[in-house]
Amino acid sequence: MISSLVFVALLAAGITGFTLQVRRLRRGLALARPSGRHDRRKERWAIMTRVAMGQSQMEPRRLAALMHFIVYVGFVLINIEVLEIILDGILGTHRLFRAPLGGLYDVLMSFFEVLGALVIIAIVVFLVRRLRLGPKRLNHPDLTGWPQKDALNILVIEVVLMLALLLMNASEFAAVNQGLNSANQQTPWLISGLFQPLFEGWRVSNLEVFTQSMWWLHFVGILAFLNYLPRSKHFHIILAFPNVWYSKLTPRGQIPAMESVTTEIKSMLDPSFVTDPNAAPPARFGAKDVHDLHFANLLNAYSCTECGRCTSECPANQTGKKLSPRRIMMATRDRVEEVLTGGQGAETRSLLDDWISREELWACTTCNACVEACPLNIDPMDIIMQMRQYLVMEESAAPSTVNVAMGNIENNAAPWAYPQADRGNWINS
Amino acid sequence: MSLNVPTMAELAARGETAEVLFWVGCAGSFDERAKKVTKAVAKLLNQAGVSFAVLGAEESCTGDPARRAGNEFLFQMQALQNIEILNGYSVQKIVAACPHCFNTLKNEYPQLGGTYEVFHHSQFIEQLLRDGRLRVEGGSFKGKRIVFHDPCYLGRANGEYEAPRVLLAQLDAEIHEMKRSKKNGLCCGAGGAQIFKEPESGDAEIHHVRAEEALATGADIIAVACPFCKLMLTDGVTHHGKEGQVQVLDIAEAIATANDL
Ligand code: SF4
Ligand code: SF4
Repeated sequence: MISSLVFVALLAAGITGFTLQVRRLRRGLALARPSGRHDRRKERWAIMTRVAMGQSQMEPRRLAALMHFIVYVGFVLINIEVLEIILDGILGTHRLFRAPLGGLYDVLMSFFEVLGALVIIAIVVFLVRRLRLGPKRLNHPDLTGWPQKDALNILVIEVVLMLALLLMNASEFAAVNQGLNSANQQTPWLISGLFQPLFEGWRVSNLEVFTQSMWWLHFVGILAFLNYLPRSKHFHIILAFPNVWYSKLTPRGQIPAMESVTTEIKSMLDPSFVTDPNAAPPARFGAKDVHDLHFANLLNAYSCTECGRCTSECPANQTGKKLSPRRIMMATRDRVEEVLTGGQGAETRSLLDDWISREELWACTTCNACVEACPLNIDPMDIIMQMRQYLVMEESAAPSTVNVAMGNIENNAAPWAYPQADRGNWINS
Repeated sequence: MSLNVPTMAELAARGETAEVLFWVGCAGSFDERAKKVTKAVAKLLNQAGVSFAVLGAEESCTGDPARRAGNEFLFQMQALQNIEILNGYSVQKIVAACPHCFNTLKNEYPQLGGTYEVFHHSQFIEQLLRDGRLRVEGGSFKGKRIVFHDPCYLGRANGEYEAPRVLLAQLDAEIHEMKRSKKNGLCCGAGGAQIFKEPESGDAEIHHVRAEEALATGADIIAVACPFCKLMLTDGVTHHGKEGQVQVLDIAEAIATANDL
């Protein structure tokens, strides 16, 4: 009875905490202007199924992709067990599903155990990659401090969750095995069966306490994980789905036309052009802060896994420039968090300059390598372009050499100072 | 072989039209190294008997560098003026010898009222080949090692990786690939208006790195499909002291050379 109450209280606290964090996320995303990406729904569902669920863009790096897939499938399937845990916890029952499922229950448990063991192996591989043998992107200045710690926290929590599950099963069976308890399963499950030597000679009361502790640890671990997620790059396990749904479906090479500019030019070129009196003037050309970005940009920022595939393909980053597309995403998320938290100076600061420098923005070659590399269809280049638009159109702050080229285009229709009248001269030269 | 390249205005004055407009682009009009590519394309179009014309003095920058530098206003000024001229000549089909022009005309002008069927020159020439309008005599490249550098705006931005390779395959040469190619190809460093500015500080130049990757294949010829890649990689080859030994050639130049044009 008491344990049921404690359980329900913990569960309620965990769910409330998570809900509050999701609300905060929604407030963060609501800072953005609309993305206009509610069209072509069929394609959006299809791309979400392929890229988020099917992880179709993880292929190129095989070991990482395989390990990632194991952890993903493992987590989704093992979490079916959470349903039983919750019911047991509330009702004060023990392994509620065993009786109705009969032999199938043993099969399922063995299957979950194998998945759990595979997840642990995968995570060990991840730990080795991150701490030692992995690619440079996992040990990159972008991740100094909290991001690297976050990545390790997640790996540790996942191992703890899986171990708790396996040890719980193992100690429970040990009681049966040693003839101390006959109420539980009679055959060993695939993995926990192997742990039996660990519990040799334990007293039944100790085994029971241990089993109980592992059960609680697993449960509390899940709640902790749930509440840790929204602060972590690991939020992608949920956000990847909506994020991919909001992918850019227009041609990769297209920068969307700014309508306000079109209107302005049309009315300049054609005096009889009637502007729509209802059209609200844009607050600002381009993006100086997160409020100027669109919804998908901010969702991208929260969904970013900080994997660095973008940065490791970026020509600017590879040649030692400050620009790192991953950092663009991380800075955008951090700035949204700063705005949400408020506090000292949050109002006077902005994404530009306080989080992302002009030097970074001007180093981009718009090569799309980051966009191509991202397994989640995140588009760092879109943010860079909007910030450049702000720099040029609101502040006229382009590098002077760029201004010379722009001046030439304006005056003689080419970025160099050759007269337009000579454009056909090559024919007879 | 003398070139037969009418302008749209000349044709219109005679009451004629052309099947396709050849969009030359700024680099193709003014830069010495790119002008060679322009001429090669024109010669190939002549050889295949394609009825085409250029805009000549009526052509104007597509606005790609302005847009990617963040100057949407200047981009749209350029685009709207160009679209007015293109639509004035009822242009339907365009072949561009620059992936940046190609991308802008194909993907960005429709939003502003200019919708055309747009080809990159590699795609157009490949089509001529497939239609039997053009043949490639491979002989002069026999035994050469050629490596192709994918332009970002043809490859990643528009998904065209094959057309240039199909053309190169006609040359009887050994075709090699760099470690990073196609989707993973490294940029030459020119795009996004970079070519018009000083690079930010770093520890290497992008075009030096890319040229090194190309040279590492032991190629005699680095084939390109973009005037800006041509400039960047030519400089890169010079930087590594390989000028005179390794040539940087646009695929159109290679095909035109093979055909003795
Ligand atoms: S588009 Fe810009 S940020 Fe992205 S990889 Fe290319 S240079 Fe780097
Ligand atoms: S943007 Fe994509 S590729 Fe880059 S770090 Fe984030 S998830 Fe990885």
